[in-house]
Amino acid sequence: MTVYARDGRDHFLGILFGDVTLFGEMLPKVLAGCLIGAFVTLLLPREMVARWVGHESGFTGLLIAAFFGFLLPGGPITIYPVAGAFLLIGADAGAVVTFIVSWTLIGYTRALVWELPFFGPDFVIWRIIAALPLPIIAGLLARIAVRAGFKYRDDAK
Amino acid sequence: MMVVINIFLWLVVGVLAFIAALRGRVLLNEGVRAGAMEFILLLPRIAIGVIGSGFLAEALPNEWIAPWLGPGSGFLGVTIATLGGALTPGGPVVGFSIGAAALKSGAGAPQVIAYSTAWALYAIHRLLIWEVPLMPARMVWLRASASLPLPFLAAAMAMLLGRP
Repeated sequence: MTVYARDGRDHFLGILFGDVTLFGEMLPKVLAGCLIGAFVTLLLPREMVARWVGHESGFTGLLIAAFFGFLLPGGPITIYPVAGAFLLIGADAGAVVTFIVSWTLIGYTRALVWELPFFGPDFVIWRIIAALPLPIIAGLLARIAVRAGFKYRDDAK
Repeated sequence: MMVVINIFLWLVVGVLAFIAALRGRVLLNEGVRAGAMEFILLLPRIAIGVIGSGFLAEALPNEWIAPWLGPGSGFLGVTIATLGGALTPGGPVVGFSIGAAALKSGAGAPQVIAYSTAWALYAIHRLLIWEVPLMPARMVWLRASASLPLPFLAAAMAMLLGRP
């Protein structure tokens, strides 16, 4: 509206047309992303995942958690329940933090489907490279906090 | 580039659907239905985000962005961007579209990276709407506090790399 009032009709239509084209180009990718998410959620044996990143899995556990965060597609509706399930089954807090941060920052479906259309490949690739070590760092910080006495389970039942 | 990515994504879909089909018809149907449902639910949000972002880029005050968030704004710019990211509401598209708009209007890449990282990690509304209902609350606070320094680290990495 502001743009319409300020710059007039032609400018308005030009932007609108560009955006609608972008929207059309995104659609197949978004649909693919949704389908990948649905299938992986159905196919992945969660017990197996929980065993890999569970308990005192050490630094390797963080690496595996980061890798799974990268691998697992899906939106927040799928990711947080999976993370919650990890916790219940016994994954440690650091691994869960790493997993969520990794999914948020370097998950490939998210980058391909959402980020790429807006920023273009060059920006996205370098942003992901800059973000690579971050999930591990967050996991280590979380472990330090837990060791310092932070309770992450709701004990009041 | 876009075509390659499309082909890759749909190949992944095909392989997964094939595996699901091997395990049984029901599983295949369930997957297709769940995926299609999510897609339909997302559509209006994406439309608003994408179409809105172009106008947002035009409406953003360009003369403010360059001095505060430009490549020369350094650590202060990164801090402002991080705060902005944490306070930006909305679904997956909003943060990216604002970031892209700011980039076009002259913001520096490390600052935009800090913005989108902060927004992705601890946008306040998302913690409250998604994470707290689905996970133990204390776990959410633990994750959010462990994530606090990450936008700064991401921006620092980008500065070190000198890219994008």
